[in-house]
Amino acid sequence: MQLIDRFLPHGTNFDFIRYRLVAFGITAFLILGSIGAIVVKGFNFGIDFAGGILIEAQTTDGKADLHQMRTSLATLNLGEVSLQEFGTTGRDVMIRIQRQDGGEKAQMEALGKVKDTLGAGYTYRRVEIVGPKVGDELVRDGILAVVLSLAAIAVYVWFRFEWQFGVGALVSTFHDVITTFGVFAITGLEFNLTTVAAILTIAGYSVNDTVVEYDRVRENLRKYKTMSIYDLLNLSVNETLARTILTVTTVFVTVLALLFFGGEVLRGFAIAMLWGLIIGTYSSIYVAMPMLIYFNLRNGKDREKDADPAPQMP
Amino acid sequence: MSYFPKWKIVVVVLVGLLGFTFAAPNLLSREHADRLPSWLQPVSLGLDLQGGSYLLLEVDTGYVVREQIAGLVESIRTTLRKEKVKYSDLGLRGDTVAVRIIEAEDRERAGSLLRKIDTSATLETKEDGLVQLRYSEQALVKRKQAAVEQSLEIVRRRIDQLGTREPSIQRQGQDRIVVQLPGVKDPDHIKSLLGKTAKLTFHLLDDSVTAEEAARGRVPPGSMVLPGAEHERGQPEQYVVRKRVEVGGDMLTDSSATYSEGRPVVSFRFNSAGAKKFGDATRDNAGHFLAIVLDEKVISAPRINEPILGGSGIISGSFTLQQVQDLSMLLRAGALPAPLQVLEERTVGPDLGADSIRAGAIACVIGLILVVGTMLVVYGSLGMLADIAMVFNLVLLLAALSALGATLTLPGIAGVVLTMGMAVDANVLIYERMREEQRNGRTLMSALQAGYDRAFGTIFDAHVTTLVAAALLFQFGSGPVRGFAVTLSLGLLASLFTAVLVNRMLVVWWVRFRKMKTLPLA
Repeated sequence: MQLIDRFLPHGTNFDFIRYRLVAFGITAFLILGSIGAIVVKGFNFGIDFAGGILIEAQTTDGKADLHQMRTSLATLNLGEVSLQEFGTTGRDVMIRIQRQDGGEKAQMEALGKVKDTLGAGYTYRRVEIVGPKVGDELVRDGILAVVLSLAAIAVYVWFRFEWQFGVGALVSTFHDVITTFGVFAITGLEFNLTTVAAILTIAGYSVNDTVVEYDRVRENLRKYKTMSIYDLLNLSVNETLARTILTVTTVFVTVLALLFFGGEVLRGFAIAMLWGLIIGTYSSIYVAMPMLIYFNLRNGKDREKDADPAPQMP
Repeated sequence: MSYFPKWKIVVVVLVGLLGFTFAAPNLLSREHADRLPSWLQPVSLGLDLQGGSYLLLEVDTGYVVREQIAGLVESIRTTLRKEKVKYSDLGLRGDTVAVRIIEAEDRERAGSLLRKIDTSATLETKEDGLVQLRYSEQALVKRKQAAVEQSLEIVRRRIDQLGTREPSIQRQGQDRIVVQLPGVKDPDHIKSLLGKTAKLTFHLLDDSVTAEEAARGRVPPGSMVLPGAEHERGQPEQYVVRKRVEVGGDMLTDSSATYSEGRPVVSFRFNSAGAKKFGDATRDNAGHFLAIVLDEKVISAPRINEPILGGSGIISGSFTLQQVQDLSMLLRAGALPAPLQVLEERTVGPDLGADSIRAGAIACVIGLILVVGTMLVVYGSLGMLADIAMVFNLVLLLAALSALGATLTLPGIAGVVLTMGMAVDANVLIYERMREEQRNGRTLMSALQAGYDRAFGTIFDAHVTTLVAAALLFQFGSGPVRGFAVTLSLGLLASLFTAVLVNRMLVVWWVRFRKMKTLPLA
């Protein structure tokens, strides 16, 4: 089978670890840049988190007249109202209205006013109202979910490997999560519940990638007792390189399918996943691996005792 | 050497049969599927796919507590008056009810009277005949719980009366109710009906003061000022009403919309206890006015001309037919113990749902073709076997979703699509391992064995970490996002079975069938 050789290299001997300082620089830049963007620009929170009203309206016939809609809605004094045309027919309009002061009831009243003002001639394909109470809870739950999953992943890796690996996995996964947040801050993509889903999936995927490589490191530590850590890490990355490329490809194509065919609702999710795939692969090789160099893997406690056997086949 | 044990084949076949059985109903049309038993149904679609309305309601439990305490004050007033005990300073201090018994010789008797009014309240006597009553935290929690339970029941009854298709009404957390209404395009009417407590009470008007005097602050104790519900000419805007409830709507047995003198009215009938109270009240107070109060507003206050002993009557006002129908429905379903508030609403029209299904299906098919193609191009016939295992995985995923009664949402479909990409990862790990082992000089069977065995630890760890993230997403996510966590988790679990066991079985057969000497991996 020649195709395999052409697509998936084997016995490569790239010196990945050599560029670790450059990689650390890039990583630091990405993390600091992301934090900076989050602090300075903040997120474009969707109504899931900010509260407010989202209406997907479609004209019953003819194109939507955004200007006229905007003018008539402006008379309602509902604060920030944004209208956005989407789709291909020119009949679909996404209306976003900021959270109204005055609790849950005010949101419902605002919706009634908007429907009355727009009048007949529109069908409402989607209406979402999130009151301040639920919005605040969703923010809290989202933060909890992300923090706990990072912690749980680190603990699992620590438990299955050694603490050094746990730290490495935590740092690289944190890096992926924070830069994804950064991408959302910089691009102003709407940050909503599916974004949180994407971020957790990215965390899961990225650590999956890291675990595959760490697994190889652990195996090689046992196999080559005298090899330097530098060479050993390089060897491990190279040995798993074919798998990395192929898996990224298969996941990548499914995410592309979601991006181009999954529709409006999943677009933000797909963009986040795409970024996560790239950054997750990068961080497994350039963050998680080279960090191990500084952790004194060989002179740790007795590895023979720790090296728990892999679970058996079912 | 690498034979495949018989029992594992049996397991694969059994799981396969189960999987196809539970997945099969999804191929049927709705009408055909309806005839299947309840345990064998196609996967249910979330509201974002089939269209419908999701409402998150909150019961105002604080209202229940305030109501309870206010009720206690009124009971104390009535009891002490009836027993001719002189008292002063009856009122609320925070959440404590206080009353001063003036005569020292009354105090002991008053104490035992007060204790009997509500046994869940604790009583404390202070100096100078001051008595304080308060509810324990426990009693209030119990009261709140009961109110939420009751609200749930009333909401269910009201929605049932509206005749929507397969509504789901569930309690969430301490004081919330989730209402899911498939197929409902515009929940405004339902929201307005759920927004009414529909508490109907009959009170006597207090004719010792006029509404004007009361408006200036001279409201006698035991009375209150209520607004009128309608703004017709000739109707007072405010009424002074005795706080004491003569009869309540909880004693109604039936109510319906009808016409009287050409105008829509609501007719009602009391149960026997209610009829007796109503009869007594109208007999004892002939010539006075009886206020019909709905949700703290006076609908009308007709004069009692003669005792009404039959236990039935009508409520008239300036109603439209729709209002009369709604009101009679609300009275039949019963009053909510506390107001409900809509915290969150999500409504998806049926055509957007259909569009989402179409988009999801297209994304699935394209994703499938791309993944299958990639594996075929890279691994040839072995790639095909991984693809078969992956499709088997999808069947099991669909079967599990159907059998568990899980809900498929649009993000859930995204989970399915991602599962395809991630599930083949296990086979990639295995094949790459075999390739490596073969390169290191192992024979075919030995490489095959080593590939599966050694890759398994890695696959296991990689799966667990992703499952951890998915589990937390399920725990903290809400609505459609939970659907994503479910499909992703089930898909990954299924892939542990298909990518490892099923794929191995296929590969062993294939190698024997083709009488291979080496694996077709460079």
